[in-house]
Amino acid sequence: MLLYGYGPQILEGVKVTLALSLSALALSFLIGLLGAAAKLSPNRLLSGVATAYTTLIRGVPDLVSMLVLFYGFQMLLNDFTEAQGWEQIMIDPFAAGVMTLGFIYGAYFSETFRGAFLAVPKGPIEAGFAFGMTRWQVFRRILFPQMMRYALPGIGNNWQVLMKSTALVSIIGLNDLVRIADQAGKATYQVFFFTALTGLIYLGITTVSIIVLQRLERRYATGARMAEL
Amino acid sequence: MMELVSEYWRAYLYTDGHRLTGLAITLWMLVLSLSIGFCAAVPLGIARVSKNRWISTPVRAYTYVFRGTPMYVQLLFIYSGLYSLEIVRETELLNLFFRVGFNCAILTFALNTCAYTTEIIAGAIRATPNGEVEAGRACGMSEFTLYRRVILPGALRRALPALSNEVIFMLHGTSVAFAATVPDLLKIARDANADTFRSFEAFGFAGLLYLTVTFLLVWLFRKAEQRWLSHLKPHKAH
Repeated sequence: MLLYGYGPQILEGVKVTLALSLSALALSFLIGLLGAAAKLSPNRLLSGVATAYTTLIRGVPDLVSMLVLFYGFQMLLNDFTEAQGWEQIMIDPFAAGVMTLGFIYGAYFSETFRGAFLAVPKGPIEAGFAFGMTRWQVFRRILFPQMMRYALPGIGNNWQVLMKSTALVSIIGLNDLVRIADQAGKATYQVFFFTALTGLIYLGITTVSIIVLQRLERRYATGARMAEL
Repeated sequence: MMELVSEYWRAYLYTDGHRLTGLAITLWMLVLSLSIGFCAAVPLGIARVSKNRWISTPVRAYTYVFRGTPMYVQLLFIYSGLYSLEIVRETELLNLFFRVGFNCAILTFALNTCAYTTEIIAGAIRATPNGEVEAGRACGMSEFTLYRRVILPGALRRALPALSNEVIFMLHGTSVAFAATVPDLLKIARDANADTFRSFEAFGFAGLLYLTVTFLLVWLFRKAEQRWLSHLKPHKAH
């Protein structure tokens, strides 16, 4: 039988892994934009907090931050519900995974976006203001599209690291691809087959991402001339 | 925090009374896997830039597979996957090797870091200015001498910033070693958490130790870059 009868479960696991990575990507993208804005802000307090956030998160293994955030937050919640006399609320592993991964990779995205914002030339921005555009219009029409060109290689790297680190979320109890394949392997005594399959599926996701990123880079490079060597 | 630290600090740092544990194991794994990975990555990096397809393609396939999959999955594959095969269990030498979680962890980490380092070194070799190679050839250097005296010294210097990232990435990566029952820093934190239910403190203390080592490594690499890369610093305008 195909996949020893575990086909549907594995497919379900792949869906969970993909949903988790994409949701975490969206969240970390947002946090990254905010973090970059805070780091570049003239407000000392704001940039100090953002710098502390990116330095701390990037200095600690993602698995450790994940465990601290997951268990730490659960305990805070327990203390709170106990004090209120409510029933215990268990954090859903999927939501916890999205939030912790988003929070961790938000730090990496902040750094990527900060560098990219700094690389955008000042002239077009000044020109935008001179045309009477609002700050939001300048951001949306001038700053963001140009920034994306510089940020894309970094975004691509961050995405691939993030996607691979979703494998760790199985450790805090999410039924993702890694966990389901692990259980399937133990149940059928085909551990070799199922761990190899997990690796191959991740490799497939990586391959698709590389192709998509190449297309995106070509799109955002419209009008940019490469130095001919 | 103080209570937990005063009870467990020894296990977190170097021993639980019976064996090496915690930070000591984490650093030992880091040094071992990085040394093995680096030594293999230099020849592989040279092979990766080879014009001969028969040499460069297998290396490319290797780095593609190991950079395209999570290290946690690689560890599960080597520790539980390979050992579930009968051939491995029945061959005495393989059985002896793969039975020990520590060996599997080192093998995984070394293979993983070697893949990344190979690509870093290959990239640095490709960035060698053509003039340097031409000058070397004009002096009558053989291919081997050219690599030893011109290409590699320059490429390894240029690779330093990327290598420092890789070292820190590996330090963080070793935290999955608990999956192979290695008593590394995170395993001790998990045990302390299971004993005391003080999750925030147990993992937080481990996080602080990782952070300290990260800062130390960053500082060391900054020193190394000042020493070996000072010729590439941007010139100050007068």
